[in-house]
Amino acid sequence: MLRPFLADLHIHTVLSACAEVEMIPPLIVKQAKRLGLSLIAITDHNACHNVEVMIQAAQGTGIHVLPGMEVQSKEEVHLLCLFDTVAQCQQWQETVFAKLPSLSNKEDIFGAQFVVDVTGEWIRTEERLLAASTDMGLEEVVAGVHSLGGMVIPAHVDRPSFSLLANLGFVPESLDVQALEVTSRFVPATGVPQWPQLEAWCLIVNGDAHRLQEIQNRTLFKIAAPVIEEIGLALKGEQGRKVIVEWPDSRQRS
Amino acid sequence: MISLKEIVEKLKVEPVSSVHSLDRPVASGYASDLLSCAMRRAKKGYVWVTLQCHMNVVAVATLVGLSAVIITEGNSPDAETLSKAEKEGVVLLVTPRSTFSIVGELASLGIRGDLEG
Repeated sequence: MLRPFLADLHIHTVLSACAEVEMIPPLIVKQAKRLGLSLIAITDHNACHNVEVMIQAAQGTGIHVLPGMEVQSKEEVHLLCLFDTVAQCQQWQETVFAKLPSLSNKEDIFGAQFVVDVTGEWIRTEERLLAASTDMGLEEVVAGVHSLGGMVIPAHVDRPSFSLLANLGFVPESLDVQALEVTSRFVPATGVPQWPQLEAWCLIVNGDAHRLQEIQNRTLFKIAAPVIEEIGLALKGEQGRKVIVEWPDSRQRS
Repeated sequence: MISLKEIVEKLKVEPVSSVHSLDRPVASGYASDLLSCAMRRAKKGYVWVTLQCHMNVVAVATLVGLSAVIITEGNSPDAETLSKAEKEGVVLLVTPRSTFSIVGELASLGIRGDLEG
């Protein structure tokens, strides 16, 4: 039986230097609940240290948390990497860290990168600069994530930086992904004419939230279970699985 | 008008695809690492300087009709990209040097930017 899952698959925690201090497990869960979400993904820059505590914090709330991260390819394209299990995500973490330059974070410039417990209490500060380019090409990231059973969704493709369309001009012909993420500001009526290629793509809206207010509730999955395989079917529109996005212009019309 | 051959000789950039097409003239130059910008601002006959070496670089070169692409900072296109460039007649030139250095030398050879405003 298919069930509706209102989702935001791109949420940062305090591990991302640019995220506000409010991005801690209990507050993210509270806000997700307030917005009626039942499926979220935690996607910090090139790292997943806070994923496990987020899953714990959401237990018993009806919100399913997918472990993930937002990887920056060598072309400076941001890619959501989503997994079913923490173990898969941690394995991907090892690959990413092996390809991430060994630089120290400069807290006063970029902000701090906090690892927290389930209540949001500080455990340690990650000293390594996380928001940098990994030495992996776009296709290499996609292949690596797939080999672990995960899924890649190019992030905020309508942004003027760190995006597939800005950095690489257009979606490469052979790119093996099922959907593209657009920002909450994207409006098909103006966005599709600007990037005609998007017409042919399944688009989803996530918040790329660095503060609680930025979490979005506009992407609805109709799937049998909150797992990567089912989400993949929905993005392809196969076996009755669906993804329905509420667009600003469609809201005005109804 | 200066030819690619002269640029290859003077800047010591290495041709890695379509090496028999170096008699092409170079109309002007453009530099950016955002392919979306190169698609808009680089024009037919330009040489484009970038550190990106993704397959899409070849597509942009074909689309715009570039004279050549100089790929900087030691980045090297993979075999698939090279074979596509060869097939499309796109000249890729590689160098370990930075975009700044290469653009400076191109300018000193008399290559200018923004021919069309």
